[in-house]
Amino acid sequence: MEHESAGQQSTSHGQIAIVTEAFDPWIELSTYEKSHLTAGHYGAAATFVGTMRDFNEGDNVSAMELEHYPGMTDAQLQAIIDEAQAKWPLDSALIIHRVGRIVPGEPIVLVACWSAHRAAAFDACRHLMEALKSRAPFWKKETLNDQSHRWVEKNTDGYSAP
Amino acid sequence: MSIKVKCFASMREYLDLSELEIEPGGVKNVADVWLQVAGDKPMPDNTLCAVNQTQADHSFIVGDGDEVAFFPPVTGG
Repeated sequence: MEHESAGQQSTSHGQIAIVTEAFDPWIELSTYEKSHLTAGHYGAAATFVGTMRDFNEGDNVSAMELEHYPGMTDAQLQAIIDEAQAKWPLDSALIIHRVGRIVPGEPIVLVACWSAHRAAAFDACRHLMEALKSRAPFWKKETLNDQSHRWVEKNTDGYSAP
Repeated sequence: MSIKVKCFASMREYLDLSELEIEPGGVKNVADVWLQVAGDKPMPDNTLCAVNQTQADHSFIVGDGDEVAFFPPVTGG
């Protein structure tokens, strides 16, 4: 990636990046596939892109500040990938997460998994995203339209949320 | 040597503390570290703790050279 990075780790089967500038998840996916995957070796790629909304808890949101714990966040994301690698036969996994000031419409997170078959790719991608939401130390502070600020207090459980 | 203490997000604002080094004397565990840096302020029920960047509970033993962090529930993704 060519943008500003707050942390990046790469292993033979996965990569995590914490970035401080807006990123295009589709360009990142294409670039990563070309540099880390072997064409013909995988049959399934599952991806999740989380994007900032302009509303939350019934209020209009104009911006958000995303904070993380340098070092621990990187280690947690890498541990989450390692767990998924142990549980599913993945060719590779990629997590990119934004930090800093972000505005509605911008991507916050990209999670992608490549495998020979769709079941592992789908299941591992979902697992990575839910594990990230519940365990990776990131925090969001919203700016509402009236310029007041508030911390997002907790993430919902994605397996039981509507 | 000392114990490095870090606070993040709403916890940083609650304690008005981002990073601080404290003397390890008299500090046995994470709960003792909280008393040193927070004084009279009670620890919010949902507080999470980490020692050397791994999540730990309040009774986790700490000492010289450790890094202890306090933060609220995570809200990434």
